[in-house]
This record gives sequence, structure tokens and C-alpha cells, in this order.
Amino acid sequence: MEGLERIVREHPFFAGLKEGFCQLISGCAKNVRFEAGQYLFHEGQAADQFYILRSGRVALEMSAPTRSLTIQTLGEDEIVGASWLVAPYRWGFDAKALELTRAISMDAACLRGKCEDDHDLGYEMMKRFAPVLIQRLQATRLQILDVYGTRS
Amino acid sequence: MALVAEKGAAVPAHDPMLPRVARVRKRQRDLADVWTLNLEMEDGEPLKFAPGQFNMLTVFGVGEIPISISGDPAQDGGGLVHTIRDVGTVSGALARLGPGSAVGVRGPFGTSWPVEEAKGNDVVILAGGLGLAPLRPMIYSVLANRKHYGKVALLYGARGPGEILFRAELEQWRRRLDIELQVTVDHAETDWYGSVGVVTTLIPRATFDPQNTVAVVCGPEIMMRFGAAALRKAGVGDQSMYLSMERSMKCAVGLCGHCQLGSAFVCRDGPVFRNDQLGSLMTVKEL
Repeated sequence: MEGLERIVREHPFFAGLKEGFCQLISGCAKNVRFEAGQYLFHEGQAADQFYILRSGRVALEMSAPTRSLTIQTLGEDEIVGASWLVAPYRWGFDAKALELTRAISMDAACLRGKCEDDHDLGYEMMKRFAPVLIQRLQATRLQILDVYGTRS
Repeated sequence: MALVAEKGAAVPAHDPMLPRVARVRKRQRDLADVWTLNLEMEDGEPLKFAPGQFNMLTVFGVGEIPISISGDPAQDGGGLVHTIRDVGTVSGALARLGPGSAVGVRGPFGTSWPVEEAKGNDVVILAGGLGLAPLRPMIYSVLANRKHYGKVALLYGARGPGEILFRAELEQWRRRLDIELQVTVDHAETDWYGSVGVVTTLIPRATFDPQNTVAVVCGPEIMMRFGAAALRKAGVGDQSMYLSMERSMKCAVGLCGHCQLGSAFVCRDGPVFRNDQLGSLMTVKEL
């Protein structure tokens, strides 16, 4: 547990978080690893955890009737998954390890419970997730704009 | 508006309004609609240019358009290279010119990338789509004088895996151990093993000291706007960021006003601008 606490405390996503909160969060954390090609989760499944990548790369994929698309790839120090935050807590895409990937898996029900019990912790978590969500929304907008193809 | 040009920017050695004749020495297809032409001046006098500058290219009987120079400025006589996307009448005619065809050349025009100012600093080269072409001369210059620069990161975004420009050269640069190269695409199917996501997502992943970094950015204007914002968020100052702007350039010598951007003429005061001097111009609609 001490190792997990240290990883959580030193991770950029939790930078500046109070020691007590780090301990609370670590209680919901565990170390996981995925081999290349292994899925972290599939679309429609219960979003009962999220992942903080320590090493490796993960592709977020969506399947259409005739093809599968990678919508984003994520790497070291990045967060995989935000569906655990919002009911009905279901994944909206597949996540696949592109290479050997090590991560901290956070038990979503555990963390949601602690956030309900202590709204200060909940607010701290929201302050960390909101910028990630906004950054990804902006990136998605740029992708939709399909900006390349006009310069000569 | 006081605008900064690299001090080494070259100026036309001849009457800037009179095209000189060049011949197509080599034509190479880079992408489905993108071609690179190697030109040779017919009079044998090489056209000296600085990285980031552009020429006005004429297809006789069709018309004239501005095209950035994408070759190596240090290559004697052989650096007069232009990469062209076939999107219109003149660019299409240029792209179809075979070896030996005549091309009118006026230039070089405009300001250049801060090759000298960047010395002693880390360098972040942020390119999107065909924006890699105007940056290639800068990359050649930095790599040819590698010891004068700190860390060098080339961050490149393309639409999809099939639209990665200068792929063979990118692979060569990736094999070097003294440059960090990251490539990402906006759209890909699951058989693409590389990065997917907009080019700005590469900035936090790159290694550089933001306080001692010169960043050069080229690509579609909206990509540059978001790229500049991401660099600023990473700690790079606006006075250390350079962007290459694109407007409808006609005379190329600051007379006609077609390429006016605020109080500047892109052909004369740009195309390379320092971001603190562009200010909020990029956020003004329809400017």
C-alpha cells in the first residue's frame, strides 16, 4: 500500500493533493498491467474503474459496421476513462493496450463513495478531471474540424 | 506594427517584379495531391534563400502563386525545392509540370525562421499537414548545425497515416539520436500503431526547457492558434514563438495589399511572425 501511496502522491495528476486525500485515494487503487493487444475495457461495459497510465500506450477505439477507428491514443501519465464519473457509468468506447502497459487502476465505486462522504475530496477530484475533459473536448473539436488539407 | 524578420533573410537579387526562368529538374509525388518540384535557374545563377521564405511561381499562360521553399538552403544550387498541393488552377498546373518545363520564379520574399536566434536554445518545431514543407529548410539548417542547439523536438500532425508528408525523411530523422520526433494523426483505423490525436497533444509529451526554447509553428491557421496556446501553457513565451502566416499574396513586395493582416503585409512583414507581434490578430474573424 505504501508503494501505491507513493505512486499516487508523486503522480502529476494528483500534484498538490493533501496527504490525507492521497491516503484515501490509495485505498481505492491497485497496480495492473496489460499485455499488447489486451483490452482494458469494452464499450457498454460497466465503468467501474479508471486508469492512470504509468508506462505503455493505450488506444481508444470505436467500432463502426465496416471498420474500427482509433479515436485517440494515450501514454505515460495520462488518464484513461471518465465515464466512471457520470451515471449510468458505462464505457463509451473500447480501450486496448498497444504495448505492454502498466497502470494504476482506481476502483470507481470506492472513489465515488469517498467523494460522496467528503465533498472536499470530490471537489479536488473534479478540479483534476475537468481540465482533462476540456482538453479532450477541444482536441475532439479540432479533429472534427479536419484542419489539414488546405495549406499550399 | 513592428515586425521582426530574421536578419539573414535573403532579398531578390534581380528586379523583384520580373520572373526569372527556371526549369523543372525533378518532379516527385509525395501524396495523392502533393508534388515536390526541384527547380534549376536557367541562367545558372542559384537563388539564395533563407528558411521560411517563399517564391512566386508562374506557370506561363496560367498564372502565378506564392509557394514556400521546402529545400535545403545549404545545398548549392539544389535547394530550390517547392512542395505544392494541387488545389487550384495554378497549383494544379504547377503540379503537372514535368522535367524540363519552364517555371517563372520571383523571389525569395519575406521573413525567415529564427535559425540564428534559436542558437543556444532548445527548439520545438510544431508542424501540421503541409506545414511541414515550409519548416523543412529550418530542420535542415538546425540538423546541419546541431551542436549549436539544445534539445530539438519535431512534433508533426497529419490528417491520417496516408497523409504523412516526407515520410522517408521523417523515418531518417527518427533514426537520429539527437532529435526527438513525434508524429500523430487525427484519424486512423485500428491497424495504425502510431499516435492518434491532434498535434497539440504532443507538446506535453516532448522534452524541452520552456524558459529556453524557441518554437516554430506552421500549419493551418487554426492549428497554429491552438498550437501557440498549448506552447504557452507549457511555458514558452510568445516572444519565443514564430508562426508562418498565409494570405493571398500577389505582388509579394508589399504594394498591392492583397495579403494585408491588420497593419502588416504578410508578403513583406511575414510570412514568419513572432507571436507576440501577431497579438490577437489570429482570433479576429475574417481578417
